[in-house]
Amino acid sequence: MKDKQDDLINYVIALGDDSLILGQRLSEWCYHAPFLEEDLALANVALDFIGRAQMFYEYASQLETRVLKENARSADQIAFLRDTRDYRNLLIVELPIGDFAFTMARQFTVDVFNQLYLQQLVNSTDSTLAAIAGKAIKETDYHLRRSQEWMLRLGDGTDESHQRMEKALKELWGYTAELFTMSAYETALLRDGISIDRTALCSDWRKIVTELLQQATLKVPSDEWQVTGGREGLHTEHQGDILAKMQYLQRTYPGLEW
Amino acid sequence: MTDKQTVHRPLFEIFIRSKRGLDHKHVGSLHAENAQQALEYARDCYTRRSEGVSIWVVNSGDIVASQEEDAASFYDPMEDKPYRHATHYVLPDSIKNM
Repeated sequence: MKDKQDDLINYVIALGDDSLILGQRLSEWCYHAPFLEEDLALANVALDFIGRAQMFYEYASQLETRVLKENARSADQIAFLRDTRDYRNLLIVELPIGDFAFTMARQFTVDVFNQLYLQQLVNSTDSTLAAIAGKAIKETDYHLRRSQEWMLRLGDGTDESHQRMEKALKELWGYTAELFTMSAYETALLRDGISIDRTALCSDWRKIVTELLQQATLKVPSDEWQVTGGREGLHTEHQGDILAKMQYLQRTYPGLEW
Repeated sequence: MTDKQTVHRPLFEIFIRSKRGLDHKHVGSLHAENAQQALEYARDCYTRRSEGVSIWVVNSGDIVASQEEDAASFYDPMEDKPYRHATHYVLPDSIKNM
């Protein structure tokens, strides 16, 4: 029973980490986007992900309270007081924002995945996860609408935008495999219908992504390489950098609130 | 990057209906590549605090506006025709607004 509870806490935190780190990355565009309207739109998307992370962490904190009582961590402590190796996010979300093409290519691949994933998670036997998914899916439908249009606009745009998009896809393609890799705790929760079988989403994801890329006159990169490890805490060199910026305030002034 | 067209995106006027039954009201304008994108940016710029249930976008160039120099012939003649206003009627108390 205790193991099962640990698996669930790990799973919920991992989902929260995916959202928080992607939200943090997107927020880096704030004041730097190509123009004002896009700046606001990107910040909105970033906030959607940070809000999602908060829901996952609040739930993880509740779950911890059941086991650890007063020693359980708060949502803020989970977000701001863990080190690199304790983060469980997928590698693809921690990669630097790069140029606008890279940001959008990453967003598109993740949005397609999120849509498929959340469509399943709304049926989770865990009612809290199902409720979070129900809220998140509406946001994701909109995120995908945006990122899809940018793929078409940039892919089938100027020579430069096309080249930048192809380069971006090539750079991140090897990280997409991890979207479909099951962690031990996810597999353990699968039997009770709490978690989702990621591996089963791969063919639909490929189909949707390939069709859109073709429409955008972009080549689907070849599967030459792939890296995983985020779910076990084995991150790229960029994770430390993002945490240093994100956690600076809480590390310097522990417990600070506004 | 030096392509000036990417800098000068068309301007759109944004109208938001805040509730069912109310009119769309002009809330501002924004730049976008096309009407579809304008609609999305309007959603992100003007409805993020639940301000609306419906959005209209109109290409600013499609709006025909009255001109300042026509003011004398357009509006001044109405100033001395107070009988066109319903201000002399006493409203029953039960009617709050008219």
